[in-house]
Amino acid sequence: MLNLRGFRRPLPGTQPNHLHPPYLSSIKRAPTKPLVAIPHTLSEITGPLFGSERADVKAFDLTKQHSGEPLGERIVVSGRVIDEDGRVVPHTLVEIWQCNAAGRYLHKVDQHDAPLDPNFTGCGHTLTDARGCYRFVTIRPGAYPWKNHHNAWRPAHIHFSVFGPAFATRLVTQMYFPGDALIPFDPIFNCTADEAARQRMISRFDWQTTLPEQALGFHFDLVLAGREATPWEPPARAKNK
Amino acid sequence: MSSPATPSQTVGPFFTIGCDRLKTDELAGPNVPGERMEVSGRVIDGDGVGIPDAMLEVWQANSVGKYAHPEDTQDKEIDAGFHGFGRIPTGANGEFRFITIKPGPVPGPGGRPQAPHIAVSVFMRGLLRRLVTRVYFPEEAANDEDFVLNFVEAARRGTLIARRVSGESNKLEWNVLLQGENETVFFDIGL
Repeated sequence: MLNLRGFRRPLPGTQPNHLHPPYLSSIKRAPTKPLVAIPHTLSEITGPLFGSERADVKAFDLTKQHSGEPLGERIVVSGRVIDEDGRVVPHTLVEIWQCNAAGRYLHKVDQHDAPLDPNFTGCGHTLTDARGCYRFVTIRPGAYPWKNHHNAWRPAHIHFSVFGPAFATRLVTQMYFPGDALIPFDPIFNCTADEAARQRMISRFDWQTTLPEQALGFHFDLVLAGREATPWEPPARAKNK
Repeated sequence: MSSPATPSQTVGPFFTIGCDRLKTDELAGPNVPGERMEVSGRVIDGDGVGIPDAMLEVWQANSVGKYAHPEDTQDKEIDAGFHGFGRIPTGANGEFRFITIKPGPVPGPGGRPQAPHIAVSVFMRGLLRRLVTRVYFPEEAANDEDFVLNFVEAARRGTLIARRVSGESNKLEWNVLLQGENETVFFDIGL
């Protein structure tokens, strides 16, 4: 018999609700009925794993995807994927995407009047190593306007997508930069109630990974749901009786 | 606990830049054993409008009910050509379609089999965290006894069960309604 341990649920306020009215797009897209809480079964405890055959070892460097160098400030973004107990998450896929230094995405829907950069696509991926570490080389993304409210600007950010060991650990988030004056005004950043939780989305400047003469380093750890201490067991009186 | 999980954020409108590489709408090639199925539908917002910038990720077992994952320790064979993951962005009118094989039953709590199902994550601009749901199969006796379906009030269970497209034995329709009277059931599994 399978002895399954699920993953922990978030503490109150540490994850956004689906509906966050200051973020206008959530209003017609957030569910209106309560979510139905279910225990984790084998379907949630397993999940897609991507080995080295599904990853390109060069894709960590977003500055080397074209014939020339992209414009902007080169940066190194690195950190670890860990769980809530500090255990490392090795060999897991991390995907990123971002706009260029001028604040423009290489995407047909992005109509911001800022130049595209022929030497920058803005996507990368990598696998964490045995110690859960990942590292990207990229350029610092620009801020850009959006139409959420009058004079709305997104703070500079990099989108991160991580799988972790299970369907239940899937996380998509955004990494912000320390000291960005736009952060306090951003409804997307501010969607999470808990202040300490929000701060975990801001990277920190890192001398250790800063490359002399080349690139500033920023450190960003991604924390996934931790494991439950004990397996879930069906209640003595089954719910469906 | 050293630190609670990093907060989720929306994928935004431009996720295809980073996500297209793993786009997979054919989960099973022709040589994968199992009953081939095409699942199609639309993702629809609270105004009844199809959402052109959504993405589904699906995860399922193979035809004998085995996940390609080390924590599935059942004594069943993995199919070399079947991973069980799909990533499907929606089209201009919110439409999506993927081809797969019908998964076999996987064990639920207490070892009782769950009805065949596909686990689904829904991502889009406007969603600050993903939505989690499941696709079940029509005319499946095991649905009535399914452990997860029994957490859902009977009147809403139908939103999780795909409909057979008339006259097509291997085509299923299943829609994701974010709001409204027939709002799809979404599960709270944590993140």
